[in-house]
Amino acid sequence: MTNEANQMTPRLDRADARVRHDAGLAGAFKKFTDKVRSGDLGMLPVIVGLLLISAVFTTLNPVFLAPNNLVNLLFDAAAVGLIALGVVCVLLLGEIDLSIGSMSGLSSAIIGVLWVKSGVPLAVAILAVLANGALIGFLYGFLRNKFEMPSFVATLAGLLALLGMQLYILGPTGSINLPFTSPLVRFGQILIMPAYLSYLVAILPGVLIMIGAVKTNAKRTAANLSAESLSVAIVKAALLTIGLVFAVYYLELGRGVPWMFGGFVLLVVILNYGLTRTKWGRSMFAVGGNAEAARRSGINVFRIRMSAFVVCSVLASLGGVFAAARLASASQQAGTGDVNLNAIAAAVIGGTSLFGGRGSAWSALLGVIVIMAISNGLTLLNLSSSLRYMITGAVLAIAVIVDSLARRSRASHGRA
Amino acid sequence: MTTQSNTPSKGELILRLHGIGKQFGAVTALEDIELDVHAGEVVALVGDNGAGKSTLVKVLAGVHQPTSGSIEYLGKPVSLDTPKKALEMGIATVFQDLALCENLDVVANLFLGHEVNPWRMDEVQMEVRAWTLLQELAARIPSVREPIASLSGGQRQTVAIARSLLLDPHIIMLDEPTAALGVAQSAEVLNLIERVRDRGHGVILISHNMEDVRAVADRIVVLRLGKNNGVFTSDTSHQDLVAAITGASENSVSRRAARKQQDAEAVQ
Repeated sequence: MTNEANQMTPRLDRADARVRHDAGLAGAFKKFTDKVRSGDLGMLPVIVGLLLISAVFTTLNPVFLAPNNLVNLLFDAAAVGLIALGVVCVLLLGEIDLSIGSMSGLSSAIIGVLWVKSGVPLAVAILAVLANGALIGFLYGFLRNKFEMPSFVATLAGLLALLGMQLYILGPTGSINLPFTSPLVRFGQILIMPAYLSYLVAILPGVLIMIGAVKTNAKRTAANLSAESLSVAIVKAALLTIGLVFAVYYLELGRGVPWMFGGFVLLVVILNYGLTRTKWGRSMFAVGGNAEAARRSGINVFRIRMSAFVVCSVLASLGGVFAAARLASASQQAGTGDVNLNAIAAAVIGGTSLFGGRGSAWSALLGVIVIMAISNGLTLLNLSSSLRYMITGAVLAIAVIVDSLARRSRASHGRA
Repeated sequence: MTTQSNTPSKGELILRLHGIGKQFGAVTALEDIELDVHAGEVVALVGDNGAGKSTLVKVLAGVHQPTSGSIEYLGKPVSLDTPKKALEMGIATVFQDLALCENLDVVANLFLGHEVNPWRMDEVQMEVRAWTLLQELAARIPSVREPIASLSGGQRQTVAIARSLLLDPHIIMLDEPTAALGVAQSAEVLNLIERVRDRGHGVILISHNMEDVRAVADRIVVLRLGKNNGVFTSDTSHQDLVAAITGASENSVSRRAARKQQDAEAVQ
């Protein structure tokens, strides 16, 4: 980028002299602090939360930070994380799904009954589970679109109905054990990515950021738009790579990175692409921000809503399969208790707003690590579930308060 | 982006409304409305509050469905069931409430529902098109990557107008386009309306500002209490227009004018 060329013809987006254009690293830092101050907190609550949590739990019980405990944490995180990923989709629209726990419980029950009891091939059973999830999601979307039934009520009804179905198909035995040597249970309890693959995956995001930055810059310069300075991308990529490689190194001191967690992250990446780079994702944000405006722009609001509920229920179902694999059983307790709340809390803590129109797929990943760290730490302290429930409830309340305050601050700073 | 084929030639009838009525429950918002729009003309729609202007706009935009009457578009009877259908046919609307998504940035709002490359959005191409479009309107938008929430009322209005031009429509409806604009920007919008007309588009302009209306309109259609109340040209006097709008030559505007005159005479 030559300065002379810049002065001759101002870039298309640099013609207005009133706007401060932050360039380079210092500029990026200034932008970040501005954003935080105006209530656009981004990843900040997660990082602060994680630091606090690790500090508290490590002082109470040093095992918390042991590599193998963290590996276990990642095993546990995958199932709830998948459910939270689905919740992100409905929250983006300003809707909610309270039946995700029951949905996952029903799914694990279906896996148990179809696969273990009736001998249906595992792949077919999983497909049946996903199809069932899609059907339930379709039903919620239908109720919302056709009868304008608030999703809060529709899914609350679903919570009970799906739980009933779960108890019904499990029958009087109540619990079905999945065979320990089966690939599904091995996937949920043992299978670890090879070390070289883990390291490769850890390096990949940094490389992709760099390639993306160079390509975008070339394209923007060719189109006579300003290009962001590469130093920002370099620092971002370097920090990310160092962090991820260190994380993998630390986990490799224990058993390594679970395949199950890898699968979850892959789905996060796919959904992130869908939300940020496709017309569907743009429409999701638009409907969440102003449904009537979206409708007048020619977006089929009903179809977008339907898609969000279907994606949510399908991911919750897959989460149920993961949970069954993790526990090696399909029981009456699956999906009950704090699963619902943990998944919703994870999405909100990660930065997806309850009020619609703001959020990202990453929030499920970040939030679920926070939530699972809390639950794992409390388990290590041998606290009874009564206390764990109370503490998790308080954490969700705090997360929502932070969301609300940030929203108010954004409004007063002229940000949506 | 859809491109309209068979662009109508200048003066050709694009849109004909016949006997349009709209009921909201017991309220009759529109009754027996007749309206023609030709290519290359500006039709102003004026009327008092509650005359049914915005309802008529929403009927044409596919937001509301008329309870009676027929709509002819390019000689064929059509029904405007959804906003999408109206947009695809080539009727673009700038709504009074602008209908923008505050959480999205300017580029996203301009291209909402018509993104370039649905499976791998081309942000660079969209941003370039956004800048050129905004410069055509002589718009002052600091950055197209800021969320709409951070823009002023006038800037939002400009974005809404730019969005209506994006698809190169046959007819543009502007509902109170200058209400939130400053002096220079209002003039710019009037220039824009003339430019759009000269390109052979039909323009439906709704405004309370009689000066604006008389400055650009080829025909002035007056609505009163949901019914047609006469068609005028831009050289109609202010008094006649006000009389048609309020329904009587003896109205609050004329009474006020008469009182002022009396006061002035009394002083002399």
